[in-house]
Amino acid sequence: MNLELRLKIQDLNARYAQAIDDNKLEAWPDFFTEDGRYRVTTAENVERALPLGMIYATSRAMLRDRVRSLRDANVYEAQRYRHVIGASLIEAEEGGVVAAQTSFIIARVMHTGETTLFATGRYQDRIVFDKTGAACFAEKIVILDSRLIDTLLALPL
Amino acid sequence: MTMTNDVRHWPAEGLTRVPYWLYSDRDIYEEEQARIFQGPTWNFLCLEAELPGPGSYRRSSLGAMPVVVTRDAAGTLHAFENRCAHRGSLLVLNESGSARDIVCVYHNWSYDLCGNLTGVAFRKGLGGKGGMPADCRPEQHAPRKLRLAALNGLVFGTLSDDTPDLEDHLGPDIANRIRRVMRAPVKLLGSYSQTLPSNWKLYMENVKDSYHASLLHTFFTTFRLNRLSQKGGIVVSESGGHHVSYSHAADTGGREYEQAGMRAAQDDFGLEAPQLLDAVDEVGDGVGLQILSVFPTFVLQQIRNSLAVRRLVPQGVEKTELAWTCFGFVSDDDAMTERRLRQANLIGPAGYISMEDGAAPGFVQRAVATAPDLVSVVEMGGASVASEDNRVTEAAVRGFWKAYRGVMGI
Repeated sequence: MNLELRLKIQDLNARYAQAIDDNKLEAWPDFFTEDGRYRVTTAENVERALPLGMIYATSRAMLRDRVRSLRDANVYEAQRYRHVIGASLIEAEEGGVVAAQTSFIIARVMHTGETTLFATGRYQDRIVFDKTGAACFAEKIVILDSRLIDTLLALPL
Repeated sequence: MTMTNDVRHWPAEGLTRVPYWLYSDRDIYEEEQARIFQGPTWNFLCLEAELPGPGSYRRSSLGAMPVVVTRDAAGTLHAFENRCAHRGSLLVLNESGSARDIVCVYHNWSYDLCGNLTGVAFRKGLGGKGGMPADCRPEQHAPRKLRLAALNGLVFGTLSDDTPDLEDHLGPDIANRIRRVMRAPVKLLGSYSQTLPSNWKLYMENVKDSYHASLLHTFFTTFRLNRLSQKGGIVVSESGGHHVSYSHAADTGGREYEQAGMRAAQDDFGLEAPQLLDAVDEVGDGVGLQILSVFPTFVLQQIRNSLAVRRLVPQGVEKTELAWTCFGFVSDDDAMTERRLRQANLIGPAGYISMEDGAAPGFVQRAVATAPDLVSVVEMGGASVASEDNRVTEAAVRGFWKAYRGVMGI
């Protein structure tokens, strides 16, 4: 087992989650390649081979647009997430692209203090490395276990 | 909350006032199930495409009542209550699937795909002992069957014999606007649901409220997807209960938003990746947005090339499931499918323009819980419940209450 690779992937997902949980949304697109893909979908859609996502981006620019919209246009009550990330399973490694799967659970903490288990699921990631060996996502598919979102999905998962 | 009968009246002003107790009263919720959802209305159940072949089934609902929709071996659609004749257990547990017959897991009573009871386990007992008396007729307690009607791939159901034919119920304006969107065989793109922390009626009011769209949803307005100054209007059916809000893709209006200094007009706001909004005028009539509702709880949506049906499932006085199914057409090429998937960023629980609709009904629910004897003011556009060539009106909201009061007798 390539321990170093495993640690790098674990670290990438941990830092990714920290950026969201610490409300550093502007840093979120930088975890992706310039033409990185991000999609939030449900296990049900995946099992039925249906392509619909709740969020679907095919570039870092689209992710930056989402951040700007969340900051400047969309209306939602103040809230934060707390991600808990499971161990990453490396599924394939080919041509410099690593496919990995990582479980997560996310608690949502509203400004009122109300804390709920908001989402559970798995990240289906394709990860690439730049010249310095730094990892980022060429693709991150967030596959939610449930088809049901409570009220709305504002912050990225 | 138990309301005293003297509170349960409609304000003297009529449809321009809506009493808040309607959103939190347990008795009225139960009465709505009987009078509206199980009464003389057509309720959207699913897309025909969700029942792809003989033996397909899927769960749906008639208001809060669980329902199974099936396609039998001959291809005919059926729908019946998802409740066993025996002890009332749910018959179908999976969301969808395929089966030759339907068997209750509890005691193995079986049904054909039309909902007829066909088998009772150990009906004659075992070895001459036990079993059901010969004169017992459990068939008389079989799940209630729905009458079905399909319109261009949309399947509606009703429990009442008094419901008029679907097209008469909708009227020609609404039926034609449905055909405008549902113009080819459907290809499913996927689905998801939201739990709304509100009474079902608050979401339907939101759907019919063309006044809020450009004010609450600032993404919409900023990118000129929908401004009230865009050419458009609303259609309200004769019953009041169904509506269409539409607008043309091009903005022909002036600078009313900017001059009024509204939050929705931040001129320097631009998309880095504007291909999100790249759209094709599929119908060729220039209409970029058409939101259509059918009383009580069906929504058909065209926002540019993003097409979806929305279905509400009341889950109690203050909780409602909003189920979305997005679709395209079998004839779509890859570029069109990709366009629809990109534009789906606009809708759903994370939608740039529909995110707020998940929460806004809940904001009302929370605020009016302690004001049951007060009323809302629904007077934009006067007291009219007629079609208009503008959208600065609440005529469709009043239309909803006109239909509601008619069915509920209040």
